[in-house]
Amino acid sequence: MDEQVVISTQNLVKQFQVKDGAVTAIDGVTLQVRRGETYGLIGPDGAGKTTTTRVILGLLTRTSGQSSILGHDSMRDTYRIRERVGYIAQQFALPGDLTVMENVRFFARVQGVSSAEQRRRIPDLLEFAGLSGFTDRLASRLSGGMKKKLALACSLVHEPQVVLLDEPTLGVDPVSRREFWNLLGDLRRERGTTIFVCTPYMDEAERCNWVGLMYEGRLIAHDSPGKIKQMVPGRLLEFKPSDFVPAWRLVPDLPGVLEVQTYGAMLHIFVDDPDRRGREIEAALAAQGITCEGMREIETRMEEAFISLIRKQSAGASDAA
Amino acid sequence: MRGVDNMREGLRNRIRRLSAIIQKEAIQILRDRGTLVMLLLMPVLEMFLFAYAVSLTVDHIPTAVADASMDAQSRAFVGALVASGYFDIDMYVADETQVIQAIDEGRVKAGIVIPPNFAAQIERGEAQALVILDGSDAASVSSGYSAANAVAQSWAMGLTVEKVARVGAASLGGDISLPIRTSTRVLYNPDRDDMIFIVPGLIAILLQVMTIGQAATAVVRERELGVTEQILITPARPIELLIGKMVPNLVLAVIVMLIVVLFGIFWFGVPFKGNPWSFVWLSLLFIISGLGLGLLISTVAKTQRQARQITLLFMLLCMLLTGLIYPRQPMPPIVKAVSNLIPATYFVRIARGIITKGVGLSFMWADVLVLVVYSVVVVVVSALTFKKRLD
Amino acid sequence: MDEYAVQVEDLTKRFGDFTAVDRVSFRVRRGEVYGWLGPNGAGKTTTIRMLLGLLKITSGRALVLGYDPSTQAKHMQAHVGYMSQLFTLYNDLTARENIRFYGQAYGLSRAELRHRQAEIIEMAGLQGRENELTATLSGGWKQRLALGCAIVHRPEVVFLDEPTAGVDPVSRRDFWGLIYAMAKKGVAVMVTTHYMDEAELCQRVGFISEGRLVALDTPDRLKKTHMRGQVLEINADDPERAMGLLKAAQQAGELVCDEIAFYGAQIHAVVPDAQALQPVITAYLASEGVRVSSIEWIVPTLEDVFISAVTPSHKRPE
Repeated sequence: MDEQVVISTQNLVKQFQVKDGAVTAIDGVTLQVRRGETYGLIGPDGAGKTTTTRVILGLLTRTSGQSSILGHDSMRDTYRIRERVGYIAQQFALPGDLTVMENVRFFARVQGVSSAEQRRRIPDLLEFAGLSGFTDRLASRLSGGMKKKLALACSLVHEPQVVLLDEPTLGVDPVSRREFWNLLGDLRRERGTTIFVCTPYMDEAERCNWVGLMYEGRLIAHDSPGKIKQMVPGRLLEFKPSDFVPAWRLVPDLPGVLEVQTYGAMLHIFVDDPDRRGREIEAALAAQGITCEGMREIETRMEEAFISLIRKQSAGASDAA
Repeated sequence: MRGVDNMREGLRNRIRRLSAIIQKEAIQILRDRGTLVMLLLMPVLEMFLFAYAVSLTVDHIPTAVADASMDAQSRAFVGALVASGYFDIDMYVADETQVIQAIDEGRVKAGIVIPPNFAAQIERGEAQALVILDGSDAASVSSGYSAANAVAQSWAMGLTVEKVARVGAASLGGDISLPIRTSTRVLYNPDRDDMIFIVPGLIAILLQVMTIGQAATAVVRERELGVTEQILITPARPIELLIGKMVPNLVLAVIVMLIVVLFGIFWFGVPFKGNPWSFVWLSLLFIISGLGLGLLISTVAKTQRQARQITLLFMLLCMLLTGLIYPRQPMPPIVKAVSNLIPATYFVRIARGIITKGVGLSFMWADVLVLVVYSVVVVVVSALTFKKRLD
Repeated sequence: MDEYAVQVEDLTKRFGDFTAVDRVSFRVRRGEVYGWLGPNGAGKTTTIRMLLGLLKITSGRALVLGYDPSTQAKHMQAHVGYMSQLFTLYNDLTARENIRFYGQAYGLSRAELRHRQAEIIEMAGLQGRENELTATLSGGWKQRLALGCAIVHRPEVVFLDEPTAGVDPVSRRDFWGLIYAMAKKGVAVMVTTHYMDEAELCQRVGFISEGRLVALDTPDRLKKTHMRGQVLEINADDPERAMGLLKAAQQAGELVCDEIAFYGAQIHAVVPDAQALQPVITAYLASEGVRVSSIEWIVPTLEDVFISAVTPSHKRPE
């Protein structure tokens, strides 16, 4: 087997039994995460991201297909996997009535870290997570961002080669979110840890080397963020119309307009030729008495690419139906 | 010798994990002061409630008397019943038929029928008095019966002492039987004796409810909070998680057991007749069966509310079916079968056997054996059903 | 009718020694979308709870639709909508039953309730799913349903506390479409969020940090007034290495720089003089073998401004 592949799935299928039949949560997903990579699994709610993560970890049984971590089969080698990976569950909770130190110690001992190793590692780990000053604080009394950092510290205490994080920055403010991602960056740079992360934040997806886009249980795109952004045809114009609704109705029918996305009071328009179409849109709207404020070309971000790809998928699905 | 080293390392990790889980549970129990205080105080509180609910439920029961003897002894006996405060003599009637009539008409709730030649029968040690109670009023029946019994016995004791003083102990030939036996139409708790009777059973019930509740909610609460997934992903095995949860709760249950027993002895004056050590060992066994049962419930219950409701159901079953208050003999077979599934049924008998009667293991080996089998089965089954996955 | 739906003056909330909200003043117009931003624990939710009459006001004055929330909460609540961080939907009721429950709780007449039910189901895009259990709906739908339930009584002010936490970008955009539609009808919306791109969509935003209001203006003006320094947006071939190099240079004192952070895959450096530093940074990274594909002096994003506004206090230990 390839030493460079840390996480791998082959035609992975997971069905849940419900009252009348089965619901397919994962529908034939094949993916590979290479050593040292930061892999982002993104997709709308209910796409199957969490289920995929849990099946890979052996927390859920799979219906068919293969999945493994570090060469260990998710179902057969459950405990070997658990000794070698770190995990932060979505909406996880650490025992809130234990202190920061007690939590880290607990996970260290459960993971079989010897006392001598604990003495060596834990101070470094708390320093790394910026929790050195809070060792005696109850976990339940930490701020949201610090709870996430504590969870990260607990999941790293046995020095795993790979960590799986399921929406680790949910409900955390931008400052803490930035700090959390800086920790992940350090982890990757200094220890070469492989990171697998599910996230609803598209700016976080941009920081991954590789992104898998899930939709209704299938992996519809699987590439570097740059390549995924190139999958959306055209270039992107942004402006703020003085009268939103008529502008939003008018623009899609103009020539050269490939796609229209709303962004609050602004419109994001994918066009074939930004200079020319920009002028044409301004003229067409001016004819209706609508002015365009701040017309400019912007870089396509993961956010716009994500919306575009998901829209096309769901349109394709409803066309087929 | 890598194999041996690996095994040793594996064992070391296992112990390390187990002690980590035990320590974590212990810290959590100790840190939740409110719940801890509740757990320690509730049994005492419940004991008081029971004590006063039982001995003070109903007094001054309106009573009809049919005294066919009308001698000094019969008058003294009725007088003693009145003096107990439980009975008020509202009317004197001619015979048993009229007593029953008075009860049927709702004019009285109890009747005392004294046969002719009462004094003479007492002299011979075969006196019989009949107490008839209104079966439709459970409370009157309950306190009336126990009061009549207690009064008759204590009053008869006095007589016996008197008799011994007159005739001399030797002539009795060591056969000191009570000269009066009351008989009742409402068969109810044949060897009832308030706290002496209640406390040992109460210990069983309190421990049962506490152990089931603690074990069930401890697991379900973590699952609800999302802690379980985070711990499940560690190499900790289900059996380690199980034992880790049981040990601190076991210690806690033993403390509660001691509190209740000591309170029973020193506050309510319940004599502890048997061997304390065998009681401690058997209660450990009983506690394990309760914790195992609680863990088993936690694999079924999805929410804390469900776990609490199942615990509540058990509490009710314990109260009604284990023989704590109501005797088990007259129960229909199906009810008896259900009560046989509750560990407390066995331990109520064991506790009474050791505390009240002071008998040894040889008298209750069957109950002990059942408890042993029960504990092993619930712990093994809950270990097998304790999932290492989420589905 | 009063122009302002919410008026707050020197609002303060103390829990024992701890001042959660410290003399905060602001006003929200009818039809305005007002963003209420700050780090976790800054006092955002506490402020909203005081305005809803759920928490006692320690000192200061608040008027919501002319009502005093501390004394007239019951009258006020008939005209106010609230959607909290934890959606207060009943998972064991269907979508339709949830709407009916909230409608009845607000005392809607039977006819009106029927009408609102249809409207809300359409608004939330729940047609065909109205009889499914709420537990089985996915995040985006649940959240739109929660909003529907919060506004079933057609409130004039709506408070939304982190309504889009953990929701995917498509659902978030749909949700903001609903917010704008509400505002258009004259409803005042006060919303907290951790998504700075959402905050850009607010007409005005207030930054709260450690209980104090540190900035309050339109996003555009905040970018001009509350940014210490200028923002350089750097696209490098190896962003992680570039980041490491820039951080090292900053620590060595060779690069005068307030803040260097990732913004997606791009690096944003907050510097005192962007124009002067552009060639310096490009040359430095090139000398270390990292090619800079573009380095631009940009208008700061609201996230840059946010971090700049709250960082000095944020860096102190809690």
